[in-house]
Amino acid sequence: MTEQTQIERTEVREPEARPARRAAPPLTPRGVGHEARAALMVWRREMIRFRNDRARMFTMLLQPLLFLFVMGTGLSSVVNTGGGLDFRTFLFPGVLAMSVLFSAAFAGISLVWDREFGFLREMLVAPVSKASIIVGKCLGGATTATLQSVVLLALAGLVGVPYHPLLLVSLLALLFLGAFMLTAMGVLLSARIKQIQAAMPASQLIIMPMMFLSGALFPMAHLPDWLSLLTRINPLTYVVQPMRAVIFDHIDIPPAARAAFNPAITWGGWQVPLGLQVLVAAAVTVAILSTCVALFDRTD
Amino acid sequence: MARQAAVSVRGLVKRYGEVEAVRGIDLEVAAGEMFGFLGPNGAGKTTAIKILCTIAEATSGSATVAGHDVNTERSAVRRRIGLVFQEPTLDGYLTAEQNLRFHGELYGMPRRLLRERIDEVLEMVGLTDRRRDQVIKFSGGMKRRLEIGRGLLHSPQVLFLDEPTIGLDPQTRASIWEYIASLRERQDITIFVTTHYMDEAENCDRIAIMNEGRIVVTDTPDALKSSVGADRVQIRTEDDAAAIRQLRDRLGVEAAMHDGMVTFSVAGGAEFVPKLFATLPLRIDTVTVTRPSLDDVFMSYTGRTISDAQADGSSAFLRAMAGRR
Repeated sequence: MTEQTQIERTEVREPEARPARRAAPPLTPRGVGHEARAALMVWRREMIRFRNDRARMFTMLLQPLLFLFVMGTGLSSVVNTGGGLDFRTFLFPGVLAMSVLFSAAFAGISLVWDREFGFLREMLVAPVSKASIIVGKCLGGATTATLQSVVLLALAGLVGVPYHPLLLVSLLALLFLGAFMLTAMGVLLSARIKQIQAAMPASQLIIMPMMFLSGALFPMAHLPDWLSLLTRINPLTYVVQPMRAVIFDHIDIPPAARAAFNPAITWGGWQVPLGLQVLVAAAVTVAILSTCVALFDRTD
Repeated sequence: MARQAAVSVRGLVKRYGEVEAVRGIDLEVAAGEMFGFLGPNGAGKTTAIKILCTIAEATSGSATVAGHDVNTERSAVRRRIGLVFQEPTLDGYLTAEQNLRFHGELYGMPRRLLRERIDEVLEMVGLTDRRRDQVIKFSGGMKRRLEIGRGLLHSPQVLFLDEPTIGLDPQTRASIWEYIASLRERQDITIFVTTHYMDEAENCDRIAIMNEGRIVVTDTPDALKSSVGADRVQIRTEDDAAAIRQLRDRLGVEAAMHDGMVTFSVAGGAEFVPKLFATLPLRIDTVTVTRPSLDDVFMSYTGRTISDAQADGSSAFLRAMAGRR
């Protein structure tokens, strides 16, 4: 970035000695505005492709429905919530997160396809920074993934989650954060993995444990120490737990059930406040993004 | 004041590990020129062009494009060049128009200008009526045209075309070249092209013949062909044996029968024809003068034809490149 800024400066000083020609490049706006426009365009491309891809929307929606209504209903007959809590209410934020995360990670590794079909090159040779392209791509993946979750979110009432505006907004915001993180992770994978056949299983290999260890599908109270430690290292935990916390804030639930199904995250006995949890997730996302920018090869 | 050179290269070297893909080239391309790199696959053309386009870094040596250094002023160079790669780089799921808009936004073109240029460029490449169609539905030739149009969208000073007609059928190839020629009439632009098709190189003002990472010779196609010397002349006469005898006796030319015709080589074949009619006292039915082809040129400078070179072109370099992917 600094190198680039320097170049712009020397250019400004250089007198325009070139005679007026039809082919002279138009004076293009440079700097932050130009970078933002480039990122926005990369984002828009993801939107256009998403709109044209109905099949993806449909299949991505089916899987979480299966988890929520088939697995959730099935398990609720076995899991004793101690009364006052529908197991599916517990599962709801987990399933929401899951649906978003899978589509987000796939949106991230779609960069492998972009490379294969050459479009990555078109993006990388443009006179914009890699960061703008990567941020645009991640925002695009995060947006499409979050949009897909809206349908699922609309079913909240069926599992006892109220349609409180503030709750819905908080959930969407958290989902977006999680989706952003996972898209960035997908992009990170595709910086190094060049074959889609390898990128798919690699992304599964990362998402699956992240999901299991985030408390999306089972409560995190009374876990063995080693497992409990892993859940606290997992950045996704800091997205899923806040989601469940805001839902539980909006429903009537016995304190005992809350303690069992949404225990606070602790670091060495200290309860991590909600705001800090979100901050942790955001910080990890920024770290992944910076790694992406560093790893991406301009000459790719 | 003389116009600045569009492309200027000094001692350019590119090494991939052990393999030297480009072994020190020097080059000067004037503004407005159409310049061609001609050589077999693996001669280093694409590597050289990649360095000029700032997508590969030179191991040593320097180059400026449109007045800016390719190593230290990357984004200044990028804004002033258009690129059309060998491999397609369009998004098939976007429409033609969306592909162009994407490009313009990334190049930071002013919005109003971008709208105008999209219309102009679509018109230029004859895709106006397909502007709202997804590119995936386009034929190979249409995609190529769209890519060339896109390369021109931001009004670059230098357009780089790397094997622009690779993989296209002969008819489409011809129409792409026709299109590139007409482009030069409309725009003041320098075109830098690589090709391994001899007939296509003929379209250039000047050609650099590349072989094994070096520029063997640089000149106009005509000068190159003249440098080979002799043209081939074939005549059909009422008495071929007598013609051969008289060619030797009166003009000092050794002729022989080839393809059923009296065949001989002579410098300046076209100028020789009147002399032929004035000297030979017999009826000449047909005369064919063939200028040496660029393939003859390539052969005279490298000792092999381009297809020979192509055949063992899957050389160490290509294998090394494949290994890097």
